[in-house]
Amino acid sequence: MDKKLKPEKAQYSESWLWKMAWRDSRKSRSRLFLFTSSIILGISALVAINSFRDSLFNEINNQAKSLLGADLVIESNKPIETQTLYYLDSLGSEWSRESAFASMIYFPRTDGTRLVQVRALEGKYPYYGAIETIPQEASGEFQMGKKALVDQTLMLQYDVEIGDEIRVGELSFEITGKLQQVPGQSGIGATVAPVVYIPYRYLEETGLVQRGSRINYNFYYKFQDPQRVDELVESQKERWETMGFDHETIEERKEDTGEAFGNLTNFLNLVAFVALLLGCVGVASAVHIYIKEKLGIVSVLRCLGVKGWQAFKIYLYQISVMGFIGSFIGAVIGSLLQGYLPELLKDFIPMAIDVSFSWTSVLEGLALGTIISVLFALVPLLSIRQVSPLRVIRESYNEFDFRQDKLIWAVSGLIFLFVFGFAWMQIRELDEAIFFTLGLLVAFAILVGISYLVMRGVRRYFPSHWSYVWRQGLANLYRPNNQTLILITSIGLGTALITTLYFVQDLLVDKVSISGSGDRPNMVLFDIQTDQKEDIAQLTIDYEMPVIQEVPIVTMRLVEAKGTTLQDLKADSTIDMPKWAFNREYRVTYRDHLIDSETLKEGKFYPNVESVGDSVFVSVSQGYAENLNLELGDEMIFNVQGALIKTYVGSFRDIDWNRVQTNFLVVFPKGVLEKAPQFHVLVTRTNNKELSARYQQAIVRSYPNISIIDLELILKTLDDILGKVAFVIRFMALFSIVTGLLVLIGSVIISKFQRVKESVLLRTLGAVKKQIFQITALEYLILGALASTAGVMLSLLGSWMLAIFTFEVAFVPTVLPMIVTFLVITLLTMIIGLSNSRGIVSKPPLQILRDTVN
Amino acid sequence: MSSILSINQLTKSYQSGERNLTVLQDINFSIEKGDSCAIVGPSGSGKTTLLGLCAGLDAASAGEVILNDIKLNNLNEDERAQVRNQYVGFVFQNFQLIPTLTALENVMVPLELRGVKGAQKSSIELLERVGLGDRINHYPSQLSGGEQQRVSIARAFSNQPQILFADEPTGNLDEETSEKIEKLLFDLNKESGTTLVLVTHDMELAAKTDRIIRLKGGRLIEDEVPALS
Repeated sequence: MDKKLKPEKAQYSESWLWKMAWRDSRKSRSRLFLFTSSIILGISALVAINSFRDSLFNEINNQAKSLLGADLVIESNKPIETQTLYYLDSLGSEWSRESAFASMIYFPRTDGTRLVQVRALEGKYPYYGAIETIPQEASGEFQMGKKALVDQTLMLQYDVEIGDEIRVGELSFEITGKLQQVPGQSGIGATVAPVVYIPYRYLEETGLVQRGSRINYNFYYKFQDPQRVDELVESQKERWETMGFDHETIEERKEDTGEAFGNLTNFLNLVAFVALLLGCVGVASAVHIYIKEKLGIVSVLRCLGVKGWQAFKIYLYQISVMGFIGSFIGAVIGSLLQGYLPELLKDFIPMAIDVSFSWTSVLEGLALGTIISVLFALVPLLSIRQVSPLRVIRESYNEFDFRQDKLIWAVSGLIFLFVFGFAWMQIRELDEAIFFTLGLLVAFAILVGISYLVMRGVRRYFPSHWSYVWRQGLANLYRPNNQTLILITSIGLGTALITTLYFVQDLLVDKVSISGSGDRPNMVLFDIQTDQKEDIAQLTIDYEMPVIQEVPIVTMRLVEAKGTTLQDLKADSTIDMPKWAFNREYRVTYRDHLIDSETLKEGKFYPNVESVGDSVFVSVSQGYAENLNLELGDEMIFNVQGALIKTYVGSFRDIDWNRVQTNFLVVFPKGVLEKAPQFHVLVTRTNNKELSARYQQAIVRSYPNISIIDLELILKTLDDILGKVAFVIRFMALFSIVTGLLVLIGSVIISKFQRVKESVLLRTLGAVKKQIFQITALEYLILGALASTAGVMLSLLGSWMLAIFTFEVAFVPTVLPMIVTFLVITLLTMIIGLSNSRGIVSKPPLQILRDTVN
Repeated sequence: MSSILSINQLTKSYQSGERNLTVLQDINFSIEKGDSCAIVGPSGSGKTTLLGLCAGLDAASAGEVILNDIKLNNLNEDERAQVRNQYVGFVFQNFQLIPTLTALENVMVPLELRGVKGAQKSSIELLERVGLGDRINHYPSQLSGGEQQRVSIARAFSNQPQILFADEPTGNLDEETSEKIEKLLFDLNKESGTTLVLVTHDMELAAKTDRIIRLKGGRLIEDEVPALS
């Protein structure tokens, strides 16, 4: 007898495992499909967004020329001197110029005023694409006379028609066309700063080009030979930098636009990914229950000679195929859905998008959906390997403790890495990807923690003296095969997402509203010339409005800080100082005191310079000082319109920027800048909308060079923008919510198979329909309430963190959305739970038992 | 005749909390090829545990199980699975058919697992032999208890096992059906020359075997040849 004889190798083949997977799935297909349905929406969202992204990038490539409107744009915010103009003229034979600035306009017929972006244009710009107007020919003809093109939404808001008059500064123009599309500007851009085009040759006559006017000078070039652009940029860019010019080519615009929209689609993808992850949690939990039900079959197969890995593969193949089918359906829905995205995102995109089918996105979606459903199903699937054949003769045979399986830990690690990897791929920033992954992990951990607390809490403090229905309903929360964990996690996360969106929107609007509440200023007049100062102050008092602040402003440039100049920075890249500090124009005030939005953090605030020749100590904002690594006593030299002034850092101030008033990076003491060319800003407030409108009209009529920032306008604009952004985000969050509901429906249907025997036993023992109904209602009511409460709590935590750390405001949550969310989610959970259990309640016990067995 | 199953000083214990529970102790016996044998004893005497160890469903705590010259103690679970597939057939009290497979597919599993060609033909023949030729495409839930046990028997014989283990094969059936199943089991056993080991409470059934092994409290207390045989 050869006792060491080993058995010969079995002849099984992979095809047999596939066959078994197919056979075994026959009676479970609807349930298997239910598992994978939870990933359909996530995949469809991802495919839709990725397909849309591909179409968008194609469009950016095709339309890059018309986005810029020219081959090259040179920009400056300094007035162009004649000598420089000759130079600019020499760069190309075909060019246009434009001066763009913010200014008030006035519609005399309807008495409306508004801050807009005025563009004074000369030349045939745009060379590519078009300024789209109604009527079409208006864009080509407005430069021929004293005519203007006005943003169509602005015209609609102020009830203005073509042929009406518009006052820009001291000149009136006839509105000759409605602006529909300006090259490179999105709908959101038009909301922030609606555009008014006027002919360049009338700019001077408007009287708006004055001291302190903040004007952007743009020069648009068209070249016959596109090669010439790169050569020109290469040979001239250093000179342009010295002259303070920025430039942009079609390639650069293409890259910038691509990057901007890459970020948008990546963000939307992350929201879709969260929906997908929710679905995966659903898949994992559903597979967990599915596999539990299959343990009997697995043990029989093991008994007949199937190895652990073979049994594992049978179910792996099933889940993979269902994952693939789910992903395929998701990809089809996504491909159809992408047609709607251009409409959804039209306010954010500066061009029309023709969507086309994207194979890459569909294949990506298929691969991602299949991988992700397998990956999340692996943890429960791997336990199949450990099923003992002994279960065949002893059903009570102890199950293997999965915590001892190293592979399960490895797969958990893999899931974490996958989530992080995907987030990194989408965000492309390591820090943010880590933050996102950890944030998700923390959210999951909190929800899982709450679930366990609930289960343990109910078990430990079980109210044994309560009525039978209550005891049953509560006991269902912790009994074997309970749904507490999966429902609280999936519904909780979906709830958290949608509620956080509400809170953040409120937070942003509140932040601006608070900034102008109480006695705080809510209106700022700027570009006031010195000779207008007294009159404006008087006019303000005449309108019974307070002059809260009257601030002189002197423009200057930084020449040297701590002995470092712009040239030094260019020569030595190791110097830790930003170039923008030298390139920007500083708007500086002088005064002998701090104002209520400022706090002295370090040093001494020097109010005056007593006599000529004394050292000038300036006060700088703390954030600015940190950026430039400034310390007290450091030297700073400013060029004040030709005159160099040496100063020293005397103090650091902390500034509350969240107020409608003037705040300054640099404040000079009195006695230095009084004689420098300057303009003024006046800060006032009124709560009376009608008075505000009349006051603004009076200012614009008499002093057209003065611009007014009105908090009402800011609030309205912000509300418009947030409304549009929120709609997009809510649309995406909808995927998470619907996925959460699908997971809920899936969990409830699966639980039906678990609960049915119990309910039938209860009915057999004499429980009436009403009792079964009440027990079920109570269980889902508690689960829904717990899940929505957990979600709301999580969103409170997230919104609070956003408020404190990102927006730096106090967080006061609005109660109504919380209550509505709580009620809707709770009721929905209960209704789904009850509708699913209806069959159990209405049929005779014997019939249900037979149905279940079959 | 050579022995198909040898049990030497077999012991099985479980850890129950902090207590070590011995359910089988120092069991020794061997069964010759082609013999039939019944393991009997009161509830909790270790019958099913012994069957599980003999069939390679579980590993012994001490002693050895040698099945068809293969020492099962030296094998891991997957290797024991191969042994079961190649040499062992099972019939269970609660049939243990796979509910998602038809009668034919259930019978085919052991053959397909071994990569045997013509599995379908021989399985149909077996199902016809047990009287279910017209029910081959029915699922277990569409069959009566007796029919399910017949499918189970057909499956047990499908891989032409050297040894067949039956755990209370008639325990869930009425008297009339039980008799038919018993007859079928013994007839097939004879036809194929398979060794039969069955665990039962039913002394009448046990008496139909060549040999009765009696267990009590985890120990073998009697090894007898029944008068009837």
